[in-house]
Amino acid sequence: MNQSQHIEKQSVKQTSRKLMLDIKDLRKSFGDTHVLNGFNLELYEGENLVIMGKSGSGKSVMIKCLVGLMQPDSGNIKVMGKDIATLNQIELDELRTEIGFLFQGSALYDSMTVRENLEFPLRRHKHKFGTNIDTSELVAEALENVGLAHTIDLMPEELSGGMKRRVALARTLILRPKIILYDEPTSGLDPITSKEIIELMRRIQKQYKTSSLIITHDVDCARVVSERMVLLVDGIDYAKGTFAELAASSDKKVKAFFK
Amino acid sequence: MSSSEKIKNFFTEIGELTYFTRRFFKEVITRPFEIKELLRQCYNIGNKSLLLVSVTGFIIGLVITLQTRPTLEEFGAESWMPSMVSISIIREIGPVIIALTFAGRIASGIGAELGSMKVTEQIDAMEVSGTNPFKYLVVTRVLATTLMLPLLVIIGDAIALYGSFIIEYSKGEVSFVLYFNKVFNSLEFGDLIPATIKTFFFGFAIGIVGCFKGYNCKKGTVGVGLAANSAVVFSSMLLFIIDFIAVFITDIFFEI
Ligand SMILES: Nc1ncnc2c1ncn2[C@@H]1O[C@H](COP(=O)(O)OP(=O)(O)OP(=O)(O)O)[C@@H](O)[C@H]1O
Ligand SMILES: [Mg+2]
Repeated sequence: MNQSQHIEKQSVKQTSRKLMLDIKDLRKSFGDTHVLNGFNLELYEGENLVIMGKSGSGKSVMIKCLVGLMQPDSGNIKVMGKDIATLNQIELDELRTEIGFLFQGSALYDSMTVRENLEFPLRRHKHKFGTNIDTSELVAEALENVGLAHTIDLMPEELSGGMKRRVALARTLILRPKIILYDEPTSGLDPITSKEIIELMRRIQKQYKTSSLIITHDVDCARVVSERMVLLVDGIDYAKGTFAELAASSDKKVKAFFK
Repeated sequence: MSSSEKIKNFFTEIGELTYFTRRFFKEVITRPFEIKELLRQCYNIGNKSLLLVSVTGFIIGLVITLQTRPTLEEFGAESWMPSMVSISIIREIGPVIIALTFAGRIASGIGAELGSMKVTEQIDAMEVSGTNPFKYLVVTRVLATTLMLPLLVIIGDAIALYGSFIIEYSKGEVSFVLYFNKVFNSLEFGDLIPATIKTFFFGFAIGIVGCFKGYNCKKGTVGVGLAANSAVVFSSMLLFIIDFIAVFITDIFFEI
Protein backbone atom coordinates (compact mmCIF):
# COMPACT_ATOMS: atom_id res chain seq x y z
CA MET A 1 0.00 0.00 0.00
CA ASN A 2 1.49 3.37 -0.91
CA GLN A 3 1.27 6.39 1.28
CA SER A 4 -1.47 8.42 -0.41
CA GLN A 5 -3.80 5.43 -0.37
CA HIS A 6 -3.08 4.99 3.26
CA ILE A 7 -3.94 8.59 4.11
CA GLU A 8 -7.13 8.47 2.09
CA LYS A 9 -8.26 5.32 3.78
CA GLN A 10 -7.65 6.78 7.15
CA SER A 11 -9.54 10.02 6.49
CA VAL A 12 -12.57 8.02 5.35
CA LYS A 13 -12.37 6.03 8.52
CA GLN A 14 -12.21 9.22 10.56
CA THR A 15 -15.15 11.09 9.13
CA SER A 16 -17.40 8.17 9.90
CA ARG A 17 -16.34 8.36 13.56
CA LYS A 18 -17.77 10.66 16.18
CA LEU A 19 -15.85 13.84 16.95
CA MET A 20 -14.96 13.89 20.67
CA LEU A 21 -12.85 17.02 20.81
CA ASP A 22 -12.86 19.86 18.35
CA ILE A 23 -10.60 22.87 18.82
CA LYS A 24 -10.72 25.69 16.31
CA ASP A 25 -8.37 28.66 16.11
CA LEU A 26 -7.42 28.64 19.80
CA ARG A 27 -5.46 31.69 20.97
CA LYS A 28 -3.99 32.46 24.35
CA SER A 29 -1.42 34.99 25.52
CA PHE A 30 0.04 35.87 28.89
CA GLY A 31 0.87 39.56 28.67
CA ASP A 32 3.26 39.85 25.75
CA THR A 33 3.97 36.13 25.39
CA HIS A 34 1.73 34.66 22.73
CA VAL A 35 1.52 31.02 23.64
CA LEU A 36 -1.18 29.76 21.28
CA ASN A 37 -1.74 31.52 17.96
CA GLY A 38 -4.60 29.70 16.29
CA PHE A 39 -4.29 26.05 17.27
CA ASN A 40 -6.60 23.45 15.71
CA LEU A 41 -7.25 19.88 16.75
CA GLU A 42 -9.77 17.10 16.27
CA LEU A 43 -9.97 13.95 18.33
CA TYR A 44 -12.19 11.16 17.08
CA GLU A 45 -13.89 8.47 19.11
CA GLY A 46 -11.62 5.63 20.14
CA GLU A 47 -8.53 7.33 18.81
CA ASN A 48 -5.09 7.78 20.38
CA LEU A 49 -3.81 11.18 19.39
CA VAL A 50 -0.34 12.27 20.42
CA ILE A 51 0.68 15.89 20.71
CA MET A 52 4.34 16.77 20.72
CA GLY A 53 5.88 20.15 21.32
CA LYS A 54 8.91 21.70 22.93
CA SER A 55 8.90 22.54 26.60
CA GLY A 56 7.05 25.80 27.07
CA SER A 57 5.27 25.58 23.73
CA GLY A 58 1.87 25.68 25.38
CA LYS A 59 0.77 22.06 25.52
CA SER A 60 -0.39 22.23 29.11
CA VAL A 61 -2.07 25.56 28.48
CA MET A 62 -3.94 23.99 25.57
CA ILE A 63 -5.38 21.08 27.54
CA LYS A 64 -6.21 23.33 30.47
CA CYS A 65 -8.32 25.39 28.09
CA LEU A 66 -9.99 22.15 27.01
CA VAL A 67 -11.41 21.44 30.46
CA GLY A 68 -12.12 25.04 31.38
CA LEU A 69 -9.24 25.44 33.84
CA MET A 70 -8.04 28.38 31.74
CA GLN A 71 -10.03 30.73 29.57
CA PRO A 72 -8.67 31.13 26.04
CA ASP A 73 -8.49 34.64 24.58
CA SER A 74 -10.40 33.48 21.53
CA GLY A 75 -11.27 30.34 19.62
CA ASN A 76 -13.81 27.62 19.83
CA ILE A 77 -13.66 24.43 21.89
CA LYS A 78 -16.22 21.68 21.53
CA VAL A 79 -16.18 18.64 23.78
CA MET A 80 -18.50 15.88 22.56
CA GLY A 81 -20.40 18.46 20.55
CA LYS A 82 -20.80 20.97 23.40
CA ASP A 83 -19.18 24.38 23.23
CA ILE A 84 -17.58 24.69 26.66
CA ALA A 85 -17.69 28.50 26.68
CA THR A 86 -21.49 28.41 26.75
CA LEU A 87 -21.87 25.98 29.67
CA ASN A 88 -22.77 27.03 33.21
CA GLN A 89 -20.89 25.63 36.20
CA ILE A 90 -23.20 22.65 36.70
CA GLU A 91 -23.14 21.66 33.04
CA LEU A 92 -19.37 22.10 32.98
CA ASP A 93 -18.92 19.85 36.03
CA GLU A 94 -21.18 17.28 34.41
CA LEU A 95 -19.15 17.37 31.21
CA ARG A 96 -15.89 17.13 33.16
CA THR A 97 -16.93 13.71 34.47
CA GLU A 98 -16.58 12.50 30.89
CA ILE A 99 -13.02 13.80 30.69
CA GLY A 100 -10.22 12.25 32.69
CA PHE A 101 -7.21 14.46 33.29
CA LEU A 102 -3.85 12.96 34.21
CA PHE A 103 -1.76 15.86 35.46
CA GLN A 104 1.88 16.35 34.58
CA GLY A 105 3.12 15.77 38.15
CA SER A 106 0.36 13.30 39.15
CA ALA A 107 -1.26 15.95 41.40
CA LEU A 108 -2.23 13.51 44.15
CA TYR A 109 -3.68 15.26 47.21
CA ASP A 110 -0.80 14.89 49.60
CA SER A 111 -2.82 15.36 52.77
CA MET A 112 -5.00 12.37 51.90
CA THR A 113 -4.43 8.63 51.71
CA VAL A 114 -4.59 6.78 48.42
CA ARG A 115 -8.12 5.68 49.29
CA GLU A 116 -9.26 9.24 49.99
CA ASN A 117 -7.60 10.41 46.81
CA LEU A 118 -9.62 7.95 44.79
CA GLU A 119 -12.84 8.71 46.65
CA PHE A 120 -12.49 12.42 46.04
CA PRO A 121 -13.99 12.54 42.52
CA LEU A 122 -16.91 10.45 43.82
CA ARG A 123 -17.91 13.07 46.41
CA ARG A 124 -19.91 15.02 43.86
CA HIS A 125 -20.41 12.49 41.11
CA LYS A 126 -21.54 9.33 42.83
CA HIS A 127 -24.92 9.55 41.13
CA LYS A 128 -23.24 8.62 37.87
CA PHE A 129 -23.28 5.03 39.10
CA GLY A 130 -26.86 4.89 40.38
CA THR A 131 -28.07 5.35 43.93
CA ASN A 132 -26.77 2.44 45.99
CA ILE A 133 -23.22 2.16 44.82
CA ASP A 134 -20.48 0.96 47.11
CA THR A 135 -17.62 3.45 46.80
CA SER A 136 -15.10 1.16 48.44
CA GLU A 137 -15.74 -1.39 45.72
CA LEU A 138 -15.14 1.18 43.01
CA VAL A 139 -11.92 2.30 44.69
CA ALA A 140 -10.69 -1.25 45.11
CA GLU A 141 -11.46 -2.06 41.51
CA ALA A 142 -9.71 1.05 40.20
CA LEU A 143 -6.58 0.28 42.23
CA GLU A 144 -6.68 -3.35 41.16
CA ASN A 145 -6.71 -2.12 37.58
CA VAL A 146 -3.36 -0.38 37.97
CA GLY A 147 -1.93 -3.20 40.08
CA LEU A 148 -1.63 -1.24 43.32
CA ALA A 149 -4.32 -2.72 45.55
CA HIS A 150 -1.87 -3.00 48.45
CA THR A 151 -1.20 0.77 48.60
CA ILE A 152 -4.75 1.73 49.55
CA ASP A 153 -3.91 3.04 53.02
CA LEU A 154 -0.59 4.68 52.18
CA MET A 155 0.04 8.40 51.85
CA PRO A 156 1.27 9.75 48.49
CA GLU A 157 4.67 10.61 49.97
CA GLU A 158 5.21 6.91 50.61
CA LEU A 159 4.86 6.05 46.92
CA SER A 160 7.51 6.12 44.20
CA GLY A 161 7.09 8.37 41.17
CA GLY A 162 5.83 5.53 39.01
CA MET A 163 3.37 4.38 41.65
CA LYS A 164 2.08 7.93 42.06
CA ARG A 165 1.48 8.14 38.34
CA ARG A 166 -0.46 4.87 38.43
CA VAL A 167 -2.56 5.95 41.42
CA ALA A 168 -3.27 9.21 39.62
CA LEU A 169 -4.35 7.19 36.60
CA ALA A 170 -6.65 5.11 38.78
CA ARG A 171 -8.16 8.32 40.17
CA THR A 172 -8.63 9.60 36.65
CA LEU A 173 -10.41 6.41 35.62
CA ILE A 174 -12.72 6.13 38.58
CA LEU A 175 -15.50 8.13 36.95
CA ARG A 176 -15.21 6.07 33.74
CA PRO A 177 -14.43 9.01 31.45
CA LYS A 178 -14.94 8.72 27.71
CA ILE A 179 -11.96 10.96 26.96
CA ILE A 180 -8.62 10.89 28.78
CA LEU A 181 -6.13 13.72 28.60
CA TYR A 182 -2.61 12.64 29.51
CA ASP A 183 -0.22 15.51 30.27
CA GLU A 184 3.21 13.93 29.84
CA PRO A 185 2.37 10.58 31.42
CA THR A 186 5.98 9.37 31.31
CA SER A 187 7.89 12.53 32.25
CA GLY A 188 10.31 12.11 35.12
CA LEU A 189 10.17 8.31 35.03
CA ASP A 190 12.90 5.86 34.12
CA PRO A 191 12.56 4.01 30.79
CA ILE A 192 11.32 0.79 32.34
CA THR A 193 8.64 2.45 34.44
CA SER A 194 7.70 4.56 31.41
CA LYS A 195 7.12 1.38 29.46
CA GLU A 196 4.88 0.04 32.21
CA ILE A 197 2.81 3.21 32.18
CA ILE A 198 2.53 3.05 28.39
CA GLU A 199 1.40 -0.58 28.58
CA LEU A 200 -1.17 0.42 31.17
CA MET A 201 -2.46 3.23 28.98
CA ARG A 202 -2.90 0.83 26.09
CA ARG A 203 -4.70 -1.70 28.21
CA ILE A 204 -7.06 0.92 29.57
CA GLN A 205 -7.73 2.14 26.06
CA LYS A 206 -8.80 -1.35 25.04
CA GLN A 207 -10.71 -2.14 28.20
CA TYR A 208 -12.77 1.06 28.45
CA LYS A 209 -12.77 2.09 24.77
CA THR A 210 -11.67 5.62 25.66
CA SER A 211 -10.43 8.28 23.31
CA SER A 212 -7.08 9.64 24.40
CA LEU A 213 -5.11 12.81 23.91
CA ILE A 214 -1.53 12.21 24.93
CA ILE A 215 0.97 14.98 25.40
CA THR A 216 4.53 13.80 25.42
CA HIS A 217 8.19 14.62 24.82
CA ASP A 218 8.98 10.98 24.62
CA VAL A 219 9.48 9.76 21.04
CA ASP A 220 9.29 6.12 22.11
CA CYS A 221 5.99 6.73 23.82
CA ALA A 222 4.69 8.50 20.73
CA ARG A 223 5.79 5.66 18.46
CA VAL A 224 4.05 3.04 20.53
CA VAL A 225 0.76 4.71 21.39
CA SER A 226 -0.03 7.14 18.61
CA GLU A 227 -2.42 6.48 15.78
CA ARG A 228 -2.14 10.06 14.68
CA MET A 229 0.10 12.91 15.80
CA VAL A 230 -0.03 16.69 15.93
CA LEU A 231 3.10 18.77 16.36
CA LEU A 232 2.63 22.00 18.27
CA VAL A 233 5.18 24.54 17.04
CA ASP A 234 5.00 28.34 17.33
CA GLY A 235 1.55 28.11 18.87
CA ILE A 236 -0.10 26.36 15.92
CA ASP A 237 -0.76 22.79 14.80
CA TYR A 238 2.36 22.84 12.66
CA ALA A 239 2.16 19.32 11.26
CA LYS A 240 -0.25 16.40 11.42
CA GLY A 241 -0.02 12.78 10.39
CA THR A 242 0.94 9.30 11.51
CA PHE A 243 4.21 8.71 13.32
CA ALA A 244 5.76 7.21 10.19
CA GLU A 245 4.70 10.11 8.00
CA LEU A 246 6.06 12.75 10.34
CA ALA A 247 9.26 10.85 11.03
CA ALA A 248 9.88 10.75 7.28
CA SER A 249 9.19 14.45 6.81
CA SER A 250 11.87 16.67 5.37
CA ASP A 251 10.71 19.83 7.18
CA LYS A 252 13.45 21.10 9.50
CA LYS A 253 11.19 21.88 12.46
CA VAL A 254 9.46 18.50 12.19
CA LYS A 255 12.76 16.65 11.91
CA ALA A 256 13.98 18.20 15.13
CA PHE A 257 11.45 16.11 17.08
CA PHE A 258 12.69 12.76 15.83
CA LYS A 259 16.42 12.98 16.54
CA MET B 1 12.70 47.03 41.64
CA SER B 2 12.28 50.77 41.88
CA SER B 3 10.25 52.19 44.72
CA SER B 4 7.49 53.48 42.45
CA GLU B 5 7.14 49.97 41.08
CA LYS B 6 6.97 48.61 44.62
CA ILE B 7 4.19 51.01 45.49
CA LYS B 8 2.33 50.03 42.32
CA ASN B 9 2.69 46.34 43.15
CA PHE B 10 1.43 46.97 46.64
CA PHE B 11 -1.76 48.58 45.41
CA THR B 12 -2.27 45.90 42.75
CA GLU B 13 -2.03 43.37 45.55
CA ILE B 14 -4.58 45.24 47.67
CA GLY B 15 -6.92 45.24 44.67
CA GLU B 16 -6.49 41.53 44.11
CA LEU B 17 -7.01 40.80 47.80
CA THR B 18 -10.23 42.84 47.73
CA TYR B 19 -11.42 40.82 44.76
CA PHE B 20 -10.49 37.58 46.53
CA THR B 21 -12.40 38.69 49.64
CA ARG B 22 -15.45 39.53 47.56
CA ARG B 23 -15.33 36.05 46.06
CA PHE B 24 -15.17 34.63 49.58
CA PHE B 25 -18.41 36.37 50.55
CA LYS B 26 -20.07 35.16 47.37
CA GLU B 27 -19.00 31.54 47.89
CA VAL B 28 -19.69 31.38 51.61
CA ILE B 29 -23.43 31.85 51.18
CA THR B 30 -24.00 29.46 48.28
CA ARG B 31 -24.40 25.70 48.28
CA PRO B 32 -22.82 23.21 48.68
CA PHE B 33 -21.50 23.83 52.21
CA GLU B 34 -18.42 21.85 53.16
CA ILE B 35 -19.41 21.36 56.80
CA LYS B 36 -17.31 18.28 57.45
CA GLU B 37 -14.19 19.90 56.06
CA LEU B 38 -14.90 23.06 58.08
CA LEU B 39 -15.01 21.07 61.32
CA ARG B 40 -11.83 19.28 60.36
CA GLN B 41 -10.10 22.60 59.73
CA CYS B 42 -11.35 24.04 63.04
CA TYR B 43 -9.94 21.04 64.83
CA ASN B 44 -6.64 21.21 62.94
CA ILE B 45 -6.17 24.90 63.52
CA GLY B 46 -7.09 24.74 67.18
CA ASN B 47 -4.93 21.70 67.71
CA LYS B 48 -1.94 23.29 65.98
CA SER B 49 -2.02 26.52 67.96
CA LEU B 50 -3.46 25.70 71.39
CA LEU B 51 -0.13 24.93 73.05
CA LEU B 52 1.58 27.89 71.44
CA VAL B 53 -1.19 30.25 72.50
CA SER B 54 -1.19 28.87 76.05
CA VAL B 55 2.55 29.33 76.47
CA THR B 56 2.44 32.79 74.95
CA GLY B 57 -0.45 33.78 77.20
CA PHE B 58 1.28 32.50 80.30
CA ILE B 59 4.47 34.39 79.52
CA ILE B 60 2.58 37.60 78.75
CA GLY B 61 0.96 37.38 82.18
CA LEU B 62 4.26 36.80 83.96
CA VAL B 63 6.18 39.48 82.12
CA ILE B 64 3.59 42.23 82.35
CA THR B 65 3.16 41.71 86.06
CA LEU B 66 6.89 41.65 86.71
CA GLN B 67 7.43 44.77 84.64
CA THR B 68 4.56 46.78 86.08
CA ARG B 69 5.03 45.90 89.72
CA PRO B 70 8.04 48.13 90.56
CA THR B 71 6.33 51.22 89.19
CA LEU B 72 3.16 50.60 91.15
CA GLU B 73 5.16 49.80 94.28
CA GLU B 74 6.81 53.19 94.06
CA PHE B 75 3.39 54.78 94.41
CA GLY B 76 2.26 52.27 97.00
CA ALA B 77 -0.43 51.11 94.62
CA GLU B 78 0.30 47.35 94.44
CA SER B 79 -3.32 46.61 95.20
CA TRP B 80 -4.17 48.02 91.81
CA MET B 81 -2.15 45.34 90.08
CA PRO B 82 -5.01 42.93 89.23
CA SER B 83 -7.19 45.58 87.64
CA MET B 84 -4.38 47.19 85.74
CA VAL B 85 -2.95 43.98 84.41
CA SER B 86 -6.32 42.52 83.49
CA ILE B 87 -7.42 45.59 81.59
CA SER B 88 -4.24 45.80 79.57
CA ILE B 89 -4.27 42.08 78.83
CA ILE B 90 -7.94 41.79 77.91
CA ARG B 91 -8.14 44.97 75.91
CA GLU B 92 -4.96 45.00 73.95
CA ILE B 93 -1.98 42.85 74.74
CA GLY B 94 -3.75 39.49 74.81
CA PRO B 95 -5.62 39.81 71.52
CA VAL B 96 -2.74 41.40 69.61
CA ILE B 97 0.13 39.20 70.78
CA ILE B 98 -1.90 36.01 70.55
CA ALA B 99 -3.14 36.96 67.09
CA LEU B 100 0.44 37.65 66.00
CA THR B 101 1.59 34.26 67.26
CA PHE B 102 -1.41 32.69 65.57
CA ALA B 103 -0.54 34.49 62.32
CA GLY B 104 3.01 33.18 62.51
CA ARG B 105 1.79 29.64 62.92
CA ILE B 106 -1.39 29.50 60.87
CA ALA B 107 -1.07 32.08 58.08
CA SER B 108 2.28 30.63 57.05
CA GLY B 109 0.90 27.11 57.29
CA ILE B 110 -2.07 27.92 55.10
CA GLY B 111 0.10 29.89 52.66
CA ALA B 112 2.54 27.01 52.28
CA GLU B 113 -0.13 24.32 52.10
CA LEU B 114 -2.30 26.00 49.48
CA GLY B 115 0.80 27.26 47.67
CA SER B 116 2.19 23.78 47.24
CA MET B 117 -1.24 22.48 46.24
CA LYS B 118 -1.35 25.19 43.63
CA VAL B 119 2.07 24.53 42.10
CA THR B 120 1.58 20.77 42.05
CA GLU B 121 -1.79 21.25 40.31
CA GLN B 122 -3.78 19.70 43.15
CA ILE B 123 -6.13 22.67 43.07
CA ASP B 124 -6.70 22.16 39.34
CA ALA B 125 -7.27 18.46 39.98
CA MET B 126 -9.99 19.30 42.51
CA GLU B 127 -11.65 21.65 40.10
CA VAL B 128 -11.87 19.09 37.29
CA SER B 129 -13.21 16.45 39.62
CA GLY B 130 -16.27 18.53 40.43
CA THR B 131 -15.35 19.97 43.83
CA ASN B 132 -15.12 23.73 43.98
CA PRO B 133 -11.62 24.24 45.44
CA PHE B 134 -12.43 27.75 46.60
CA LYS B 135 -15.23 26.42 48.80
CA TYR B 136 -13.37 23.31 49.87
CA LEU B 137 -10.03 24.93 50.66
CA VAL B 138 -10.49 28.67 51.11
CA VAL B 139 -13.95 29.11 52.60
CA THR B 140 -13.42 26.38 55.20
CA ARG B 141 -10.03 27.72 56.29
CA VAL B 142 -11.12 31.34 56.52
CA LEU B 143 -14.21 30.40 58.54
CA ALA B 144 -12.10 28.19 60.77
CA THR B 145 -9.56 30.92 61.59
CA THR B 146 -12.36 33.44 62.12
CA LEU B 147 -14.12 31.18 64.60
CA MET B 148 -11.09 29.72 66.34
CA LEU B 149 -8.99 32.81 67.03
CA PRO B 150 -11.54 34.45 69.40
CA LEU B 151 -11.75 31.18 71.29
CA LEU B 152 -7.98 30.88 71.50
CA VAL B 153 -7.66 34.50 72.64
CA ILE B 154 -10.14 33.90 75.45
CA ILE B 155 -8.15 30.86 76.55
CA GLY B 156 -4.87 32.75 76.17
CA ASP B 157 -6.18 35.71 78.18
CA ALA B 158 -7.33 33.43 80.97
CA ILE B 159 -3.94 31.76 81.12
CA ALA B 160 -2.22 35.16 81.07
CA LEU B 161 -4.29 36.29 84.05
CA TYR B 162 -3.39 33.09 85.83
CA GLY B 163 0.30 33.77 85.11
CA SER B 164 -0.11 37.23 86.54
CA PHE B 165 -1.79 35.78 89.62
CA ILE B 166 1.15 33.44 90.20
CA ILE B 167 3.58 36.38 90.37
CA GLU B 168 1.29 38.34 92.67
CA TYR B 169 0.80 35.29 94.87
CA SER B 170 4.54 34.69 95.13
CA LYS B 171 5.21 38.33 96.03
CA GLY B 172 2.51 38.87 98.57
CA GLU B 173 -0.56 37.85 100.38
CA VAL B 174 -3.20 37.89 97.66
CA SER B 175 -5.38 34.78 97.39
CA PHE B 176 -6.83 33.28 94.22
CA VAL B 177 -10.35 34.41 95.07
CA LEU B 178 -9.32 37.91 96.02
CA TYR B 179 -7.18 38.33 92.95
CA PHE B 180 -9.88 37.25 90.52
CA ASN B 181 -12.52 39.22 92.42
CA LYS B 182 -10.48 42.30 91.77
CA VAL B 183 -10.03 41.32 88.14
CA PHE B 184 -13.74 40.85 87.51
CA ASN B 185 -14.68 43.99 89.40
CA SER B 186 -12.48 46.12 87.26
CA LEU B 187 -13.51 44.58 83.93
CA GLU B 188 -16.54 45.95 82.14
CA PHE B 189 -18.38 44.93 79.02
CA GLY B 190 -16.76 47.93 77.40
CA ASP B 191 -13.45 46.12 77.79
CA LEU B 192 -14.56 42.63 76.88
CA ILE B 193 -16.95 43.01 73.96
CA PRO B 194 -14.91 45.24 71.63
CA ALA B 195 -11.80 43.20 72.35
CA THR B 196 -13.58 39.99 71.42
CA ILE B 197 -15.19 41.46 68.33
CA LYS B 198 -11.87 42.58 67.01
CA THR B 199 -10.41 39.09 67.35
CA PHE B 200 -12.99 37.85 64.83
CA PHE B 201 -11.61 40.38 62.37
CA PHE B 202 -8.06 39.35 63.23
CA GLY B 203 -8.92 35.71 62.56
CA PHE B 204 -10.61 36.60 59.30
CA ALA B 205 -7.63 38.68 58.14
CA ILE B 206 -5.18 35.89 58.96
CA GLY B 207 -7.24 33.27 57.13
CA ILE B 208 -7.98 35.33 54.07
CA VAL B 209 -4.39 36.57 53.62
CA GLY B 210 -2.96 33.07 54.10
CA CYS B 211 -5.38 31.64 51.54
CA PHE B 212 -4.88 34.54 49.14
CA LYS B 213 -1.11 34.15 49.16
CA GLY B 214 -1.28 30.39 48.76
CA TYR B 215 -3.98 30.40 46.10
CA ASN B 216 -2.08 32.90 43.97
CA CYS B 217 1.28 31.26 44.51
CA LYS B 218 3.81 31.53 41.70
CA LYS B 219 5.22 28.38 40.18
CA GLY B 220 8.16 26.65 41.80
CA THR B 221 9.35 25.91 45.30
CA VAL B 222 10.61 29.47 45.71
CA GLY B 223 7.03 30.59 45.16
CA VAL B 224 5.77 28.39 48.00
CA GLY B 225 8.32 29.77 50.46
CA LEU B 226 7.49 33.27 49.38
CA ALA B 227 3.76 32.64 49.76
CA ALA B 228 4.24 31.38 53.33
CA ASN B 229 6.56 34.19 54.24
CA SER B 230 4.55 37.05 52.79
CA ALA B 231 1.35 35.61 54.28
CA VAL B 232 2.80 36.18 57.75
CA VAL B 233 4.22 39.62 56.99
CA PHE B 234 1.11 40.85 55.25
CA SER B 235 -1.36 39.49 57.80
CA SER B 236 0.66 40.84 60.74
CA MET B 237 0.65 44.26 59.18
CA LEU B 238 -3.07 43.98 58.57
CA LEU B 239 -3.58 43.05 62.24
CA PHE B 240 -2.10 46.35 63.38
CA ILE B 241 -4.23 48.30 60.93
CA ILE B 242 -7.38 46.50 62.10
CA ASP B 243 -6.35 47.02 65.69
CA PHE B 244 -5.91 50.72 65.16
CA ILE B 245 -9.32 51.00 63.50
CA ALA B 246 -10.93 48.92 66.25
CA VAL B 247 -9.43 51.05 69.02
CA PHE B 248 -10.46 54.19 67.20
CA ILE B 249 -14.07 53.03 66.89
CA THR B 250 -14.19 51.75 70.46
CA ASP B 251 -12.94 55.12 71.60
CA ILE B 252 -15.89 56.82 69.95
CA PHE B 253 -18.54 54.42 71.26
CA PHE B 254 -17.33 53.63 74.74
CA GLU B 255 -15.48 56.86 75.52
CA ILE B 256 -12.62 55.35 77.44
N1 LIG C 1 -0.60 30.98 34.56
C1 LIG C 1 0.35 31.43 33.72
N2 LIG C 1 0.73 32.71 33.77
C2 LIG C 1 1.68 33.18 32.94
N3 LIG C 1 2.30 32.45 32.01
C3 LIG C 1 1.97 31.15 31.90
C4 LIG C 1 0.98 30.57 32.76
N4 LIG C 1 0.85 29.28 32.42
C5 LIG C 1 1.73 29.06 31.44
N5 LIG C 1 2.40 30.17 31.10
C6 LIG C 1 3.40 30.29 30.05
O1 LIG C 1 2.91 29.67 28.90
C7 LIG C 1 3.94 28.98 28.23
C8 LIG C 1 3.52 27.57 27.95
O2 LIG C 1 3.40 26.86 29.16
P1 LIG C 1 2.98 25.35 29.21
O3 LIG C 1 2.96 24.96 30.63
O4 LIG C 1 1.74 25.14 28.43
O5 LIG C 1 4.18 24.61 28.47
P2 LIG C 1 4.29 23.09 28.07
O6 LIG C 1 4.23 23.03 26.61
O7 LIG C 1 3.28 22.29 28.82
O8 LIG C 1 5.75 22.77 28.58
P3 LIG C 1 6.29 21.50 29.38
O9 LIG C 1 6.56 20.49 28.37
O10 LIG C 1 7.50 21.99 30.03
O11 LIG C 1 5.22 21.11 30.36
C9 LIG C 1 5.18 29.11 29.07
O12 LIG C 1 6.00 30.09 28.49
C10 LIG C 1 4.68 29.57 30.41
O13 LIG C 1 5.61 30.44 30.98
MG1 LIG D 1 3.25 20.99 30.41
